[in-house]
Amino acid sequence: MAEATNIEEMLGGRWLDWLQGVRNLAQELWRDKAGFIGMVLIGALIFMALAAPLIAPHDPTAQDLRARLRPPAWDQRGTWNHVLGTDHLGRDVLSRVIYGSRVSLMVGTGVVLIAGSFGVVMGLLAGYRGGRTDSYVMRWIDTQVAFPGLLLALIILAVIGPSMTTVIIVLSLNGWMVYGRITRGAVLSVRQKPYVEAAEILGCKGKRVIFRHILPNLTSPLLTLAILEFARIVLAEAALSFLGLGIQPPATSWGLDVATGKDYLFRAWWLVTMPGIAIALTVLAVNLVASWMRLISDPQEREKQFARQMAARRRQSRQLVPSEERNR
Amino acid sequence: MGRYLLKRLRHGVIVILGVTVLVFVVTRLVGDPVKVMLPLEATLEQRAAFERQLGLDRPIPVQFIDFVVDVAHLDFGDSLWQHRPAMEIVFEKLPLTVELAIFGIGMAFLLSIPLGIIAALRPGGLVDRGTVFFSLIGFSIPQFWLGLLLIVIFAVKLHWLPTSGVATPVHIILPAITMGLPTLARLVMMVRSSMIDELNQQYVKTGHAKGIPYYRVVGVHAMRNAALPVVTLVGWELIRALAGYSVVVETVFAWPGIGLTAIQAIEREDLILLQAIVFTVGIMVVLINIFMDVIYTIVDPRLKLQ
Repeated sequence: MAEATNIEEMLGGRWLDWLQGVRNLAQELWRDKAGFIGMVLIGALIFMALAAPLIAPHDPTAQDLRARLRPPAWDQRGTWNHVLGTDHLGRDVLSRVIYGSRVSLMVGTGVVLIAGSFGVVMGLLAGYRGGRTDSYVMRWIDTQVAFPGLLLALIILAVIGPSMTTVIIVLSLNGWMVYGRITRGAVLSVRQKPYVEAAEILGCKGKRVIFRHILPNLTSPLLTLAILEFARIVLAEAALSFLGLGIQPPATSWGLDVATGKDYLFRAWWLVTMPGIAIALTVLAVNLVASWMRLISDPQEREKQFARQMAARRRQSRQLVPSEERNR
Repeated sequence: MGRYLLKRLRHGVIVILGVTVLVFVVTRLVGDPVKVMLPLEATLEQRAAFERQLGLDRPIPVQFIDFVVDVAHLDFGDSLWQHRPAMEIVFEKLPLTVELAIFGIGMAFLLSIPLGIIAALRPGGLVDRGTVFFSLIGFSIPQFWLGLLLIVIFAVKLHWLPTSGVATPVHIILPAITMGLPTLARLVMMVRSSMIDELNQQYVKTGHAKGIPYYRVVGVHAMRNAALPVVTLVGWELIRALAGYSVVVETVFAWPGIGLTAIQAIEREDLILLQAIVFTVGIMVVLINIFMDVIYTIVDPRLKLQ
């Protein structure tokens, strides 16, 4: 009984700590308005992707040939039935934009996870083992970085044939090197730190040192990198789909929709505009959050921010003091 | 210097070899080139004849050696789509792509330096915040979409510029802007951040204290030190323009360069032409990398000592 309450208290305490941490982070986010807007947009995007069947007014693939090329609702000829208009087959543009977010999120998350874990493991290995492992891994990375990935991607896509899986594989093959390089550099810089040496002296095996002691200290630079890469991947997927080498119809993707809208550029501007705005907003939101994360995880930047706040507070109090004196 | 270059040259050769192996593996082992290039209704005899024609009926090691010899001669065979040597097509299209890349990236480079410096002079000021804001938007916009927007605004609505093609010199304006704008955004951010770092250094204060004119301290002393990361990025952008952006931009504007040809080769399942393009661009990328290394040693003399 006593034990149970103890555990409960402990869990409750931890949970409260965690909640406090989240609250602090949210306060920091609120202070950086750009980062806050970015976070809200990302939240909306994730909600859109998860709840697509619930919020989409139409089936994204349902054709209605009588209602072809309808302009958006605010146009004179538009109707509220199709808020963002319809495409050349009478498919609802808004629903297609909503469903398109699923593809972008899936490909982005998939590639970041695959490329990220492979790159991080290779970087950890190279940085921790050093010696021959290091030089082999780094030469591999150098060779792959020196050659433009898109061209190899084109060959692979031409041979295997485009699909969502191929897109994820191709983008992962081209994207893991950044993680490897950054992880290796970070490992080298903490390799000689006392806490790593202490762990080794205590008899920790290589695996434990790498994953328990080194990796947690690389979290914030790697997280920022992963977010930036996510933005890049969303753009890359859109470009591949636009070129007809990515997602294939009848599936929906923003890049694919821009490509189909291209043929109706002169008659129906909304077909190209709407999915394009969706891509740009997504990438912008992710970039805003990434730059906020870089600011809060960089001690130098934090110091500057702290100094700025103190200066602002002093200015305020200086203004307050004379007014109080006047009151007397 | 000579030894350093030799090392880079060796690395370039390794890259080309790696690409050769990879292309061979992808085209011969992962996929079936006969299946990709012949129509579905081809008979077994036709398939066998085609395999003999491409030399695919021989053992893999023999094929590989043959492939390496062909690559060394820049001889990839005849394009299946246009029935003439693939390299001939590549050399015909390449100048257009190079022209577009140099115009676009060059414009971005020339604009980014003054813009970045002006923003860096007063970090947090109005100009700076505006620059950062527009840069963020600049590299968040998908390039193909930017191109389409420019067509709608300047060609369809205003009738100022042609939509696509290469008929007159004016035709290059919109594709070059599309090519250069995302690059401009990235370069401005880079110039700005490395200039801010340099302007906070002690030697800048010393320069001001000695009474060196303001523009000299900023434009010569600080700029020279800030140039190194910028040079790296320009090299990268040039490579990406040739090997990545060109495909997208040329497709949007029907610019008959190497990128559009690559897409057409994929559509027509012409692996031979595609291979020729990939190798040509690959060699160019390796050459640009070596060239950038030479520029490095000029910008940063410390490298010469190593």
